[in-house]
Amino acid sequence: MADFLINSVGLPPWLGWTVVAGVAAALILNVIAGGALVFIWAERKIAARIQDRLGPTRTGGRFGWLQSLADGIKLLAKEDLMPEGADGLLFRIAPYVSFCASFCAFIALPFAFDFVGQRLNVGVFFVVAVLGLEVFGVILAGYASASKWSLFGAMREAAQVVSYEVPLGMCVVVPVMLAGTMDLVTIAEKQAGWFTNWYLFHDPFTFVVFWVYVTCAVASVNRAPFDLAEAESELVAGFHTEYSGLRWSFFFMAEYGSMFLVSALAAVLFLGGWNGPIPVAKLLGLSGGTGDTANYFLRLLGMVNLLGKATLGVLVMMWIRWTLPRLRIDQVMTTCLKYCTPIAAVMFAGAMLWQLFLPGGVVRGVARPAGEIREGWLEGPGGAAARPAPPAAKAVAQVAS
Amino acid sequence: MTGGIMIAAVNFHTLLFYLFALLACGFAVGVVVADNVVRMALYLVLSLGATAGLFFLAGAEFIGAMQLMIYVGGTLVLLVFGVMLTAQAPFVSIKTSAGDRVLAGIVAASLLALLLQAAFSVEAWRRPGLGEEGPPAATPLGTALVGVRVDEPAAGAPAGVRSGYLLPFEIVSVHLLVVLVGAAYLARAKRRRTPRAIEVAASVAPPSEMRRRTTGSASALAAGGAR
Repeated sequence: MADFLINSVGLPPWLGWTVVAGVAAALILNVIAGGALVFIWAERKIAARIQDRLGPTRTGGRFGWLQSLADGIKLLAKEDLMPEGADGLLFRIAPYVSFCASFCAFIALPFAFDFVGQRLNVGVFFVVAVLGLEVFGVILAGYASASKWSLFGAMREAAQVVSYEVPLGMCVVVPVMLAGTMDLVTIAEKQAGWFTNWYLFHDPFTFVVFWVYVTCAVASVNRAPFDLAEAESELVAGFHTEYSGLRWSFFFMAEYGSMFLVSALAAVLFLGGWNGPIPVAKLLGLSGGTGDTANYFLRLLGMVNLLGKATLGVLVMMWIRWTLPRLRIDQVMTTCLKYCTPIAAVMFAGAMLWQLFLPGGVVRGVARPAGEIREGWLEGPGGAAARPAPPAAKAVAQVAS
Repeated sequence: MTGGIMIAAVNFHTLLFYLFALLACGFAVGVVVADNVVRMALYLVLSLGATAGLFFLAGAEFIGAMQLMIYVGGTLVLLVFGVMLTAQAPFVSIKTSAGDRVLAGIVAASLLALLLQAAFSVEAWRRPGLGEEGPPAATPLGTALVGVRVDEPAAGAPAGVRSGYLLPFEIVSVHLLVVLVGAAYLARAKRRRTPRAIEVAASVAPPSEMRRRTTGSASALAAGGAR
């Protein structure tokens, strides 16, 4: 797009690149903000249905579909309060830190082949690293609020997120190992074709690892049953007790953005990314090389596919939230250190051995019958990129330890 | 993409470099000047984050992500400790005496002078690097770390001669592990075991009675008492 703007429209390069960067940033921002609007509404409806209520029904006509917008306007109009003993600078800056971390991780997340803010060859690593920074905002908020409830919440969040990065990193390493690259685009492309090509169904170990990833992802974005940082029955509202108005809503946009992000990451790593359960485009005879416009629409289709999978992941998180009771802090730590980490480690070793001894499935051609069907958007990925994966795996494990 | 970056190189690369460099240096000064531990940690995070930005700008994405994960993430723990240790009023602000400031200034200035002199004395770094495609440095280094020297193929050499940096890498890893275990050992809670009622009763028993007991609880009690 930048080349088009610079070469065809005739913009000077600096302006072209600024426009392109602005468009990409605006799109990502809209994914987060628009997504948050929809997800908050969905959360209300799902919570209501699970608790045998109706949820919002009136705002905006039927189904209360404008409820989130009404809430947004209310939040805009609310007074921006700051407690008396608070550290002003840190109190003000904390919501933006949280939001920026969530936003930055989206930069490397591909929405379809080539639909990515900035394609990094260490995309997985970048996303995981940046996602871990979101807790900064929470700790700053908890500290700066000058409230013991906030501080308790922040400390719990810090302990929880730092612990859960260990098994999360191990789970993420497994698809990286299978794909031989940390490039998210290539990882998703390698799962093209029928759903049997997804890394979820690659072997029994990856199947288990996926569920460990789900657990750790829910915990790392601080959702129930792991929402100890804002346990309202113990800590009033945890780290955001003292926040009101727009600053408070920034925390929530960050939370919903992160939920969407870990779901999309799960979709890319384990669920084939933008490659559907059925290679519709391939079956219809539409594949790469039929022209730019066709390619564009195929990718648009892929993006819808990925967004659908990610939305499904977010809905599952809501379902979990309103179904399971909150864990105690010691149970949270036990889940992480005594269950998730060893399971992830064993499954990592298992997937490695599987890849060594049974690379083509149990019986070649039977276990994964459609392995040869490709959408054809990317031919022969990997190759030279296969080598650097092991040091990364080691590095992640070391950082985690 | 990279081709496009080259087009805009003159403007953007320089501009962003100065922006990130300014941020990194400015917040580094902020760390020194601030007197609140938590704010210091925040400035440190921002400074290190800007350094990660510099790495990304240079195309070293892996190092940039590493910087984010290790340094910025590690500062997170520092921040937590800062909050935990200084949440009480008397420790919130830390004052540095004027003498310390002068001393620190002298040390910092001499180190800076030394580094600048060393950096400018390297011939290869003086050239303007823009527009030159150097050899991709990260991949051979990464493969060398796991024991494969793709940059220096072992021509005719027997297998195992050019083993890369796997051994030093593993030695460093084991060192880190040893340091971690040592730190955990030093920092472990030294529990003072309170003797149970039956052990108290045993210890006030006549000495002959004590001596007859071979190892078991008496020695354990002694060991516990010694701690």
